[in-house]
Amino acid sequence: MTDPVLRLEGIVKTFPGVRALDGVSLSVMPGEVHALMGENGAGKSTLMKVLGGIHQPNEGRILMDEKPVVMAGPLEAKAKGIVFIHQELSLAEELTVAENIYLGELPKKSFGRVDWATLFSKTDAILKKLNVGFGAKTRVGSLSIANQQMVEIARALTVDAKAVIFDEPTASLTDAEKVVLFDVISDLQKSGVGIVYISHRMEEIFKITDRITVLRDGQYQGTVETRETDEEKVTQMMIGRKLDLSRNASHHELGDVALEVRGLSCGKLYDDISFDIRRGEVVGFYGLVGAGRTEIAETLFGLRDPSKGKILLDGEEVRLNSPSDAIARGISLVPEDRKGQGLVLGMNCRDNMTLPQVDDLKAGPFVAEGAEVAIFDLYRDKLDIRTPGWKQKVGNLSGGNQQKIVIGKWLSMKPSVLIVDEPTRGIDVGSKSEIHKLLRELAAQGYAVMVISSEMPEVLHVSDRIVAMYSGRIMRTFTSEEVTEDSLIQAISGIGGDKAA
Amino acid sequence: MATLTKQKIGSVLAKQGILVAFALFIIAFTFANPKFLSVDNLFSVIRSSAILGIMALGVTFVVISGNLDLSVGSMMSFSTIVVLDLHDKIGPFLAIPAMFAMTLCLGAFIGFLVGYLKLNSLIVTLGMLSAIHGLTLTYSGGKNMDIADKEGTWFSVFGQGTALGIPVPILIFLGLAAVLGLVLARTPFGRKVYAVGGNGTAATFSGIRRARTVFLCYVMSSACVAVAGLIQASRSLGSQNTVGQGLELEVLAAVILGGASLMGGSGTIFKTVIGVLILGFIQNGLLLLGLQFYVQFVVTWVIIILAVWLDIAAKRGKLWSPIA
Amino acid sequence: MQPGALSDALKKGAIWGFIVLELIFFSVAGEYLSLSDNAFMDYENMLLLLKQSAPIGIIAMGMTIVMINGNIDLSVGATYAIAAIILLDSMTWPIFAGLGDWVIPVAWLLALLAGTMLGALNGIIVWKTGVDAFIVTLGSMLGFRGIVFMFNGENPTSHLNWTLVDFAEAQVLGLHTATWFLAIVTLVLWYVMTRTVHGRNAYAIGDNREAAVNAGIRVGPHMMINFAIIGFLAALSAVVFYSESGSVNPNDGQLYELWVITAVVLGGTKITGGAGSVIGTLGGVIAIQLLRKGLGHIGADTSTVNLVIGLILIAVLVLDRQLNVKGKEELKV
Repeated sequence: MTDPVLRLEGIVKTFPGVRALDGVSLSVMPGEVHALMGENGAGKSTLMKVLGGIHQPNEGRILMDEKPVVMAGPLEAKAKGIVFIHQELSLAEELTVAENIYLGELPKKSFGRVDWATLFSKTDAILKKLNVGFGAKTRVGSLSIANQQMVEIARALTVDAKAVIFDEPTASLTDAEKVVLFDVISDLQKSGVGIVYISHRMEEIFKITDRITVLRDGQYQGTVETRETDEEKVTQMMIGRKLDLSRNASHHELGDVALEVRGLSCGKLYDDISFDIRRGEVVGFYGLVGAGRTEIAETLFGLRDPSKGKILLDGEEVRLNSPSDAIARGISLVPEDRKGQGLVLGMNCRDNMTLPQVDDLKAGPFVAEGAEVAIFDLYRDKLDIRTPGWKQKVGNLSGGNQQKIVIGKWLSMKPSVLIVDEPTRGIDVGSKSEIHKLLRELAAQGYAVMVISSEMPEVLHVSDRIVAMYSGRIMRTFTSEEVTEDSLIQAISGIGGDKAA
Repeated sequence: MATLTKQKIGSVLAKQGILVAFALFIIAFTFANPKFLSVDNLFSVIRSSAILGIMALGVTFVVISGNLDLSVGSMMSFSTIVVLDLHDKIGPFLAIPAMFAMTLCLGAFIGFLVGYLKLNSLIVTLGMLSAIHGLTLTYSGGKNMDIADKEGTWFSVFGQGTALGIPVPILIFLGLAAVLGLVLARTPFGRKVYAVGGNGTAATFSGIRRARTVFLCYVMSSACVAVAGLIQASRSLGSQNTVGQGLELEVLAAVILGGASLMGGSGTIFKTVIGVLILGFIQNGLLLLGLQFYVQFVVTWVIIILAVWLDIAAKRGKLWSPIA
Repeated sequence: MQPGALSDALKKGAIWGFIVLELIFFSVAGEYLSLSDNAFMDYENMLLLLKQSAPIGIIAMGMTIVMINGNIDLSVGATYAIAAIILLDSMTWPIFAGLGDWVIPVAWLLALLAGTMLGALNGIIVWKTGVDAFIVTLGSMLGFRGIVFMFNGENPTSHLNWTLVDFAEAQVLGLHTATWFLAIVTLVLWYVMTRTVHGRNAYAIGDNREAAVNAGIRVGPHMMINFAIIGFLAALSAVVFYSESGSVNPNDGQLYELWVITAVVLGGTKITGGAGSVIGTLGGVIAIQLLRKGLGHIGADTSTVNLVIGLILIAVLVLDRQLNVKGKEELKV
């Protein structure tokens, strides 16, 4: 038996308040395509950051060819033959394809001149292998996102790679481009390179991988031979405990329709979306990243202009041109990107929480700080936010507490429609179930709640109804009684969408 | 444990470093020359800093909102020239509001470009620096502006008068600092300025009208410039049309010295006043020590870089930058 | 045609199109408005224009590469003044008394060395402290100016060396010495930025710094080299200009940074770095100088030049924004 090219052994990585990786092991054989699977927040990206030297593990070791190595940084990882193909593009748009592929390693002639002949001939060879429709001299900024992704992939072919990590490489590729990518992967495979393939897409996993390792909540769930397993078993490993898959059973008394959307479209982002949410109801939106759910939420919050369709609040058609319009109409949005969109990290807890209503909390010309503190105290107790005090900068809190500040911020607006986008992304299990409980309670109090999530247990847990989306369209709407994991997965993968709502 | 206390001292130093430096300066200068801390000298420092300081108050708003304003110097020349010119034409009662209106229009124009059109503030205000300079020269016909009857006007009160034994420019500066300090720290508008500068996206997602907030910051800044121009005009009752040239960078230096980050979201009026006073005291102290005025340039250079460096070193927890 | 290709082409050619427009406008308007009988597009006049572009132009080339690299340098005006003083002052130093005219290359070398060192100093501070280049060079703008005053107080420094003046006023192949320097600097930097590893890495750093770091490019040394180059060029600009004029005021070079940045931005270099070219900057420099001369030609005074240039700079920005507007469904943040 050959030795693995790359082996991770008992990796533990903790962040303040979170045990992101808890004894994870993974071994990649030469010529193997090894899938790494898990839900968002399961620890896949943290594991890869440990491998890439961006994070140092608290425990455990990394071995290459059975020799322990320490990854001090991305450069060292690359020097050791570990190549990352990132999901987010890291390209210099103004430079040519060739320069991007050989970024940092441009071939030199005397006096530091670039050896263009060598550069272009090497690049052309790689591009030929990839069978792409652009040349070495093309400016990267002028390429489509998919072609930019191919440039990123081409980087893996420049060095003598021992292991190549693909992180969701097909997220922006067309089917034809995927075929090319899979050819590249099998070429790498044949030359004895070990490949780690991170993806959510089951059909790809079963098509190209040899083994599958599954993580859940930072824990190693096991490694299986792809041939000997099926989607259901893998899904089970990913989602975990049966308990988690329990559906929401209790329904609250439903009130009037609070929000109704009719035939809403926005360019290429989503098309012909219709649904309604009643008071007392939680509607979950489930789908893959990029299915258009967040964009719908942003439209409802006045951040995008729809190209077609109507939005009705309490039966009355409204135009929402800005978030302040939406807020005035009683819509609140807990955004997807907590740090980028939800919070001003350098501001204290209280100020963050009262930010949307700071104009209304006035004592004379000044902000009524007493009223602000009262609001903060109320939601700190309600949501059990753990912070030394309101003066604490939000940036110093844990992810779960930060998220609760954002939720508190919007609850304190007393909205009639509450939209939450990925409410538990990147926060620990304890806080997760608290937030789930909270969402149910809010519905019980008569809020209309729209929950966008990429985590199946979460959607199943909190929703009265589930809307499944695939590439900008609603495929099907389930009630919590009729939904099954299988049918849900099928709907969001674009299979079996004929029963569209 | 020892390292912990060392860290603590370090973080206190970094947070209040500018105050500590300020205190050290005053002590050192007082030892070197006891006259330094006399009331007369204090007055003279603050008075000579007042014009710079008033402009710095407005620029503080702009910088906290995450933008720059390089046009305040030439805008100040503009308002000085305009008010002097109009003084003789329509009398001081009308000249002052007319000058304010014109200056606020300029500020509103910049605010429109940066706030609503979302243009890069560095380039916009650089362009406006040049454009307003041209406007001033055109307005004045390239000549210096003087009030005809320098003895018989009450207009000199803003620059030369005293009230309760305190020079009027000082009163205006400190009064404006107090008012604007309250606006920034205590009003909803001030809160929004911090939010927009701290994280513009999150501010938008919280329903704050970012464009309007930025716009108002520039209007505020131009109002401060108008006040500064008024004092400048009143002090000398005549002026060159380049009187404010180069002040924009000194103003920015004072604001940065006070600890406002060019990234936006941090800084206070109080700290800006300290920054202004430090610049003023350095100038004054070095002169009292018998050093030439230009030594202050070099000292200011060193202080600005040290102040900002220590500030970010404390934030990243490392003295040297991690840039490879 | 790819979306954006049109706007790209427009942007690249824009500055030259603008120059042509200026030439046409001033030639035609000059017929009616000019006080002199000379045509605007006079050969001598154009040569003079190039010569007069040189001081700002040479510095602007350096500013281009610093800005492509993602930084900015506000201290160039002060560096320019220091180099000028060293040039003129050093020729009178007693230790060089025996050199005769050989003092000229020595003085040049000293001035250029000083400029390079000051630039490199800025670069090292930016690199090692991690303080933003804007702040660092804002500080050194003050500091360097202070150093200028240390030489001679508020008095001008003067020294006329006739050999030097002859050299500076010479015309080789019709072009003035200063024009030659501008041309050579432009060519060399064009070569450096388009053909060398340093140049290409500088683009990569300005374009996507994180990607550059991840690819193992050492960001610090590249930044420092570019700062040293702009220091050198600020000194070179001073050397070329003051060889002829022979007298420097301690306030000389003030506001140069603003003129230079205006030229660079007009020439299409992105303020955030990663895009731009020295050729475009050459266009920007010539466009500004044309505007100055042209407005003078049709009888407008200098004040109008400032006004027009400022407004054009803003108009360029507005236009650029309009050309880059994405689809209507864009997120409104």
